[in-house]
Amino acid sequence: MPHYIVKADLLGKTFPGAKRNEPNVVFENVNFRLEKGEFVTCIGHSGCGKSTILNILAGLDTPTSGCVFTDGKLIDGPGLDRAVVFQNHSLLPWLSALRNVSLAVKAKWPEWSDAEVHEHALKYLEMASLTQALDLKPHALSGGMRQRVGIARAFALETDVLLMDEPFGALDALTRGAIQDELIKIWTETRKTVFMITHDVDEAILLSDRIFLMTNGPQARIAEAVVIDIPRPRDRGEIIHQPGYYDIRNHIIDFLVKRSKELSGSVRAVPLSEVQTENEELVYPPDVNPIADARKSRRRTLQSA
Amino acid sequence: MTTRNLHAGLLSLTLLIAFLAVWHVLTTSASHTAAATKLSSNQIETLEQKGMPKADIDAYATEGLTFPQLDQIAGLGLSREEIDAAGGIQSFGFTTGGAAEEAETGFPSPAQVWREAKEQIFDPFYDRGPNDKGIGIQLQYSLARVLTGFLLAITVAVPLGFLIGMSPLWSSAINPYVQVLKPISPLAWLPVALYLIKDSEQASVFVIFICSVWPMLINTAFGVANVKGDWLNIAKTLEMSKLKTAFRVILPAAAPTILTGMRISIGIAWLVIVAAEMVIGGVGVGYFVWNEWNGLNLASMIFAIVIIGLVGLILDLALGQALRLVEYKE
Repeated sequence: MPHYIVKADLLGKTFPGAKRNEPNVVFENVNFRLEKGEFVTCIGHSGCGKSTILNILAGLDTPTSGCVFTDGKLIDGPGLDRAVVFQNHSLLPWLSALRNVSLAVKAKWPEWSDAEVHEHALKYLEMASLTQALDLKPHALSGGMRQRVGIARAFALETDVLLMDEPFGALDALTRGAIQDELIKIWTETRKTVFMITHDVDEAILLSDRIFLMTNGPQARIAEAVVIDIPRPRDRGEIIHQPGYYDIRNHIIDFLVKRSKELSGSVRAVPLSEVQTENEELVYPPDVNPIADARKSRRRTLQSA
Repeated sequence: MTTRNLHAGLLSLTLLIAFLAVWHVLTTSASHTAAATKLSSNQIETLEQKGMPKADIDAYATEGLTFPQLDQIAGLGLSREEIDAAGGIQSFGFTTGGAAEEAETGFPSPAQVWREAKEQIFDPFYDRGPNDKGIGIQLQYSLARVLTGFLLAITVAVPLGFLIGMSPLWSSAINPYVQVLKPISPLAWLPVALYLIKDSEQASVFVIFICSVWPMLINTAFGVANVKGDWLNIAKTLEMSKLKTAFRVILPAAAPTILTGMRISIGIAWLVIVAAEMVIGGVGVGYFVWNEWNGLNLASMIFAIVIIGLVGLILDLALGQALRLVEYKE
């Protein structure tokens, strides 16, 4: 039995709608769990509530229904057991790169001496190849470097769970590639559980063990979890030549273009109270392996021929 | 950039020189006309009836003798030539001081102000009794009042501004009072302060306090309320306590806004102290200006006004420099 470090049960978020009695249900009935050390990305169209799910995991937002657990503990607010990489780097502009990271380190280990804090922060900034930029303030850093400081800060907290909200969304393609390499490097060294939101299919395949595909909102849900069993270590240049890469890519693109709309809102929500009284089993999104499926269907066509 | 600064400097200097030249021309020609006494046709008629020739009347008038003096001279029954022969009208106890006085009460020329300024600058701390103290001593008193009131205002406005900025409840509760109290002229508080405190020194400090408190309070509350949500989220995810968040995140984030408020406050405080001291009296630049006006020592008064401007500039520059220290680029 795998060790699930993050569990989300029957998560739902509802906003009061424009009309009465017609609340705006962003998503509902969202169930998932993350294995320890797993890298999971979440893809979906804008408005499906994926950022809200991440914020709920971070403790910065509260679900309307359902609950989330880390390591069996109910999440009821932000905490130092989860680190967050924000979309727009969110560095404090009056502090240097080093001080931004040390601030976080000091918050996590208040009993540490300044030398220890400095050493620890330095280690992670070096990991993110930022040795040259330690004393620079965010405005003097490039967009890519700022985001790397944000990543270094999150990893420096050495939490079991890392949450990343489109960390590379605001970067150009070339910078993005370089930082993806950096992220793979740090993640390989630390093997933390990562939950990341992205819009970039190639990025998701490169980084993930599993990719959650979300249907369009309102009433969005996670339709399936695409398993990426391309062996690691993966390389940005190499991975596209891996057998089955395009089977996965096509599957996801097909989902985003067609099926995310078709499946939208097709499952009726189960009210939390009903589920609790009936003690029903939670339904998790089915694992899908496009490579294996493609292989099977190819074999079938061969046999029939 | 440097050439533009140079050009701006030259232009400023030219404007100053032009201003001083115009001032000089206006004041020196004005003192000539001021020296002569203008007599009405009735007065001339009276004097002529007393036997003073028209030519004599005009001559005396140009010397600046006033009508009552001329009337007395006419009473002597002597012609101008006879009087001159006897040693001039001065020997009869008449002073042409009327003319001299006219020249001094006329608006001083830049040269006169400069002469006065030199005296004051070389001996700014002289003390010759309660109503005759050097500009240095006057400034010391005024600055002490301003800084005391200003520092008191900081200790109240910044914490209160934090409270208002962080709590929408307190913001809504306190806002009406701020809106009502803010537009009250600080001088309107002076009688209240004098009655309650019964000490003019402390009353003037109170007036400075009350006028500096509002800009700081409003700016602090605004700065604190508008700290970026992302930065607060960092503090939250790092499980910072309220106090730590206030000092590590909110204070540095809002510091530029708070200091801008302080800069506005010190400017207002310096404006208000001059007015308050005119009312209260004692020692201080405001009372100094008023006192010089009462003594018709206009050159000294103008010098004091220039000094008030320069000190205001220095106060503003000092806070501008402090603002630079806490400013950050996003």
